[in-house]
Amino acid sequence: MVNAVQRKAFSGKDAAWLAFLALLVLLPLVPWVTANSFRVHVMILVLLFASMAQAWNIIGGYCGQVSFGHSVFFGIGAYGAGMAVVTYGGAPWPGILIGMIAAAVVGVIISYPCFKLSGHYFAIATFAIVEIFNRAFLVWDWVGGALGLDYPLIDEGLKNLMWQNSKISYYYCVLVIFVLIFGVVRWLEGHRYGYFMRAVREGQETAESLGVNSTAIKLAAMALSAALAAICGAFFVQYNLRVDPPMVMSLDMSMKFVLVTILGGSGTLIGPLLGAAVLIPLQEYTRAFWGGLGGGVDLIIFGLLIILMVVKQPTGMIGIVHDIHNWFVRKNSAAKGDVPNGAP
Amino acid sequence: MLVDGMLSGMVYALVAAGLCLIWGVMDIINFAHGEYLMVAMYVSYWLGFLANVDPVLSTVAAGAFVFILGALTYKLIIRYTIGKPGLVALLATFGLAMFLKNVCMNLFSPNFRILSGTWLGDKTLHLGDLIFPVPQLAAGILALIVVGAVYALVNSTRFGWAIQATAMDRDAAELMGINTERIYVLVFGIGGACVGIAGGIMPSYLAVHPEVGSMFGLIAFVCVAMGGFGSIPGAFLAGLLVGVVESLAGFYVAPVFKYIAVFGLYLAVVFLRPKGIFGW
Repeated sequence: MVNAVQRKAFSGKDAAWLAFLALLVLLPLVPWVTANSFRVHVMILVLLFASMAQAWNIIGGYCGQVSFGHSVFFGIGAYGAGMAVVTYGGAPWPGILIGMIAAAVVGVIISYPCFKLSGHYFAIATFAIVEIFNRAFLVWDWVGGALGLDYPLIDEGLKNLMWQNSKISYYYCVLVIFVLIFGVVRWLEGHRYGYFMRAVREGQETAESLGVNSTAIKLAAMALSAALAAICGAFFVQYNLRVDPPMVMSLDMSMKFVLVTILGGSGTLIGPLLGAAVLIPLQEYTRAFWGGLGGGVDLIIFGLLIILMVVKQPTGMIGIVHDIHNWFVRKNSAAKGDVPNGAP
Repeated sequence: MLVDGMLSGMVYALVAAGLCLIWGVMDIINFAHGEYLMVAMYVSYWLGFLANVDPVLSTVAAGAFVFILGALTYKLIIRYTIGKPGLVALLATFGLAMFLKNVCMNLFSPNFRILSGTWLGDKTLHLGDLIFPVPQLAAGILALIVVGAVYALVNSTRFGWAIQATAMDRDAAELMGINTERIYVLVFGIGGACVGIAGGIMPSYLAVHPEVGSMFGLIAFVCVAMGGFGSIPGAFLAGLLVGVVESLAGFYVAPVFKYIAVFGLYLAVVFLRPKGIFGW
């Protein structure tokens, strides 16, 4: 059994992933992409939201705890980096690290009582926590209050994690985050903790009867998920050069973590990327095309699309991919004269 | 202060009662509930602005309008999410909320709109030492009546028993000859009508704008969950509690802390009783 897991550790799928990553690394070298900074912006956002959704996927998809509180961790990460630069005038790096640790600690502290709740009670408790944090940060002067933190103009470069002229550096930066988070989840999928998490999702009582400490597993998954979400938040603030509470700690931001994952396919490695690759260009291009008309036409269309996608394909994009895959498999086996579905 | 809190609490209770009914029967969190309220307020506002109908009267129209909106929501969206994971309905109604909010934003602009010269506007009632603002008082009394009516409907009519049977076991209810599809449509409609009535009278004392529903929607979630799964008395009590805590915290601590207090109260309650006050 152990050998089987280890042998699966590097498969044909992973080779495909590496090829895909190589493509992403090389993409900015194509002049067509870089000629238009909007395209680069969309690509950055796709990778950022894919990373955020993947971070959520650890607790929401693999471990089955649907949290709407991730914008809190995202916000803590964002404030970590923001305060290191704005309040203390240094480099963002220590702030990012502190933000990650703080997010993980906060995640554990607030989740411990919340995990006793089930279903909608848990979901609403996480809403409530987002609102509490949002209001508290609005009146907390130490973190900038309602005005938020505005970045000063400082030297660009990796030391300050800030570039003013080109978005390509940001792109590579978010690519590193993307690879890191997807790598963590890929590793987790084959690891015994990944199996424990899925066992807790499928049936907590059953998992416990087999000796899985479900509380510890859920808390660990939440801490990891929160810390990774905090990294994304730190990138978000470095990219936007400003942070205030409604920007990062809102229910809408929390919903995006969930929406991207669910639309892509939760509990799968590729789902968050699929969801972000469809949803984010949709959001950005509807905004670019119709946002100018004013009055939220882009959001009207976006809202309708969300309804349509969730209702028609509740398993997410990954469901469509599987359908197409199955269709090909059936066609191939029919061509070979095999009977599909192994029927006699 | 206490009275103020009780009055706004009654309105919260009415908004929550509609959500509670939907949640109790279908196990669905309707994320667009706050937006129903916003739509109802616009209905009432425009009736008042264009046709000079007072919000007290347009409450009925707003209730009927949102009843239809609720039934349509069920027919067009929710029907397809039954039997799928609970998250599907939640996200679909989130999309609906986004849609409704921005349709209103587009049609009516994000400006704050307020009706002036209504029957109840700015009047106060002096009872001994207590001073009641009349619009809030009327809204509170109306809320009390409607919540009572819904409670009576669910608990002591044949239709209400059919609703309860459907909530307990849809298949069994179907076998007993109950048209559960019709029950679902009507429950969604009635849930909508509750919030529609609340929204109909509110322009007497509250400005209308596209974002007005969001906070009420959240507070309604909190009330319903605090009260306990599908329990209308629970939602009512929770609504009152939320209203009182909100106004006390707003007065004695600071206005910005009132929502922190409300959501903190919810967390405190569910940590002690994970299924809410009346939950089991």
